[in-house]
Amino acid sequence: MPLLLIALAILVSTGLAALAAGGRRAWAVRLGAGGAVAACLVGLVPAIRAVAGAPDEALDVAWSLPGGACSLGLDPLSGFFLAAILALGALAAVYGAEYLAPTPERPRVGAAWWWYNLLIASMAVVVCARNAVLFLIAWEIMTLASFFLVVWEDHREDARRAGWTYLVAAHIGTACLIGFFVGLGDTGGPLGLGAGHAPSLGAGWLFLLALLGFGVKAGFIPLHVWLPEAHPAAPSHVSAVMSGVMIKIGIYGLLRALTLLGPAPASWGWVLLAVGIVSGILGVLNALAQHDLKRLLAYHSVENIGIIAMGIGLGVIAQAAGCPAAAVLGYAGGLLHVANHATFKGLLFLDTGSVVHATGTRHLEDLGGLAKRMPRTAFTFLVGAVAISGLPPLNGFVSEFLILLAAFSLLTGGAGWTVVAAVAAIASLAMIGTLATACFTKAFGVVFLGEPRSDHARRGHDPAPAMQLPSMVLAALCVAGGLGAPWVVGWLAAPVGVLAAGAGLPVGAVLADTAGLLAVVAGAGAAFLALAGAAAYARRRLLTGRSVTGDATWGCGYAAPTARMQYTASSFAAPLVKYFNSVLGTRKAHGAVTGYFPRHGSFSTGAPDLFATRLLAPTFRGVSGLLGRLRGMQAGRVQLYVAYVAAMLVALLLWEGRR
Amino acid sequence: MTLLASAFVYLAGLVLAPGLPGIVNRVKAAMAGRKGVPTLQLYADLAKLLRKGAVYSRTTTWVFRFGPVAGLAAVLVALALVPAGGVAAPVSFSGDLILFAGLFAVMRMATMLAALDTGSSFEGMGASREAAFAVFAEPALLVALAAIVRVTDSLSLSGAAAAAGSGLWGHAAAPVSLACAALFVVLLAENARVPVDDPNTHLELTMIHEVMVLDHGGPDFALIQYASALKLWAGSALIVSLLPCRTGNPWIDPVIFLAGMAGAGVLVGLVESFLARLKMSRVPHMLVGAMALAILALVMGRTGRG
Repeated sequence: MPLLLIALAILVSTGLAALAAGGRRAWAVRLGAGGAVAACLVGLVPAIRAVAGAPDEALDVAWSLPGGACSLGLDPLSGFFLAAILALGALAAVYGAEYLAPTPERPRVGAAWWWYNLLIASMAVVVCARNAVLFLIAWEIMTLASFFLVVWEDHREDARRAGWTYLVAAHIGTACLIGFFVGLGDTGGPLGLGAGHAPSLGAGWLFLLALLGFGVKAGFIPLHVWLPEAHPAAPSHVSAVMSGVMIKIGIYGLLRALTLLGPAPASWGWVLLAVGIVSGILGVLNALAQHDLKRLLAYHSVENIGIIAMGIGLGVIAQAAGCPAAAVLGYAGGLLHVANHATFKGLLFLDTGSVVHATGTRHLEDLGGLAKRMPRTAFTFLVGAVAISGLPPLNGFVSEFLILLAAFSLLTGGAGWTVVAAVAAIASLAMIGTLATACFTKAFGVVFLGEPRSDHARRGHDPAPAMQLPSMVLAALCVAGGLGAPWVVGWLAAPVGVLAAGAGLPVGAVLADTAGLLAVVAGAGAAFLALAGAAAYARRRLLTGRSVTGDATWGCGYAAPTARMQYTASSFAAPLVKYFNSVLGTRKAHGAVTGYFPRHGSFSTGAPDLFATRLLAPTFRGVSGLLGRLRGMQAGRVQLYVAYVAAMLVALLLWEGRR
Repeated sequence: MTLLASAFVYLAGLVLAPGLPGIVNRVKAAMAGRKGVPTLQLYADLAKLLRKGAVYSRTTTWVFRFGPVAGLAAVLVALALVPAGGVAAPVSFSGDLILFAGLFAVMRMATMLAALDTGSSFEGMGASREAAFAVFAEPALLVALAAIVRVTDSLSLSGAAAAAGSGLWGHAAAPVSLACAALFVVLLAENARVPVDDPNTHLELTMIHEVMVLDHGGPDFALIQYASALKLWAGSALIVSLLPCRTGNPWIDPVIFLAGMAGAGVLVGLVESFLARLKMSRVPHMLVGAMALAILALVMGRTGRG
């Protein structure tokens, strides 16, 4: 705990110093990024100790705020999320030190580092807070710090709009959370409001409020609309932190709420599973329809949050149905996916940042052929793409394996409706996995393979070493998480134990069995890599001494192929977008082609978010219209306002008199 | 002893797999009244391709060269998870069916990326279609396996095969046969057979799998052809292992299994002879139909157990 406090102190003080450094970039980076890295490394020590199962730590400092107490605690669940926050926070800071350059519109990069360090610090406080008021204050600082980073390029209209959407969405979520904590009253245990505040809502309502409040941050569909706007607008290292760990704070809150609300009935599990399936499938389908690389990644965050929710939902259903092994597997799979997603999504956002940095565009149809121009970035991006598609031998497969294993063991142990839940989860995960594979084949193939589609792509080059290093580390973690799966799963015992504390699930035994299975899975992964290496070696031996030549790609005899004749991202995604058009609503626009030898033609597709355009936009327009009618009250005449005050006082007097 | 038998069956698969497409082609030729190519043609093709040099497109990178080796490596590992009739797979554990599906997904992604690396719009089109159909094939595969898990109470492929040999068909014949039918449809789709793809056409509008490998030649193409044969072998072996034809005799069972594999080849050949290829937009319907069969199997398995 002292180390954590030191880390927080370093974050805030170096952030302030960076703010003071202002436009002097070298100093801002040294203080801001250097401080973030140092603080994260210091803070990782207690976080990792907590995940390993060290005794819970706590700190209480007197605080005169009503209902508030400055009490922090570190149990394995907090430690798990804290470790993810600090690890990715440090790597993204290293990257950002090189990436974030002063621009004419934004010369004072010191401010960005202030907000960045404050964001990391506030996330750390949120997961360690043991008091509702402290939690909400840290939560709000987290929202505001990330808001100022989202609107960093506020000379751009889209960044301002994204920031506005984010701010509104986040505060709707916070409103639900205030309701949640007030309703929780003194039953909230460590996160309660203390004695003397009776709970005012039933557990079901509290769960609903938590789902809404934390769901906005996590990005469950249909609460996700801010995500595809805000992630692309922020600088790439901030996108990595927001997508990799900040949205996971929503998952943390939900898990913490589940531990506070007592044994969860199966119906909550069903809700989580349904939300997970919808978010997973619609998230990845929307990703498939995107042309903007960062928007595509943002929708994949929605998908992965869905997978995490599916794991937790299956865990709750299995626990309620009396299948302890499946419950442990579901929770463990969901939690492991939190860490895995932080790894590969952080990696993908950083590499995307490198692509944008070098080429100046994130529009897929303008890219291509970057594997030759930025080979290291291409390699690490491919590692991330395979990992996020949930394919062996990387880490994404391991967490999806655990969730699928939970579903399959529900099939043998469960009866009735649990079987339905299991089958729904299996079919959806299979579909999500293949859709993600399709989407990342598209993304990697169109950005890095083939020929450059524009001059932007021809400018590609690998970034400076400081920007490559974090990607390399994250890629290595993706591989280690796959090949070291049996070892990794051992680290889940203590965090899952917190979730299962009330139910007495046999966490240790189940995870030990699973580690045995994962040893075979990891062995198969290693065998795959070894066999691929052997086959490549055999091919090289075969080809030595024979004619190996280069030529143009075969084009059916067509003599003058151009790079524009390549399959594009839209054409690759077209069949799937067409099959699922009823839930995507992709719009096509094309100019008329006239004459036998047309000289001009145009075609464009756009993928608006159906939830934003069909559900939320009309709702907000309606609310705004209703509230607009109240405008008549604000006539600007002093007499009228005095009359309002008098009427209100009379009403209050009458009400008081009735008591 | 059992490990020895498993290793033997695995090696037999490696050796015999290129014969399976040969059987399919012989059946098709016979049905069409043609003489047809020899059954062992693929062995000759492989030998010839392995003796050749290579021409690589200048557009391509290491991803293009990695595709064939990754595909072969994935299918070699996957084959080690598949039982052969009464003989258990060399590797089996609870949940190996998830790894089995995952490895084929790796093979698919490697092939698609290698195709996109050429920058050819033909190959991009093939990759796009492969990606689209997989979205429907994979859930059907996993739900069919789920139905089998439900009736056999075993989370491993070898366990399911063992159950199939010991009275499973006595009390759950209907669900298992429905699941096998679903698996067969997935087998046709995943192995680029009619009615989804046509292995004979490289540049027609059917092009899916064959068009993705247009630019591969020489030893690379040999690896791809061999991996495709192994994939067909692995998928057929899974279905044949779920059939009840067992004696329990360690000498006779492998023979029955090999006969079953030949039977699978004949069945694929008959399907190819008597069915036309489906319209592209119809393929998902067929795969969703397979998934419906699998769900039906699950429902029946549940009531069957009471």
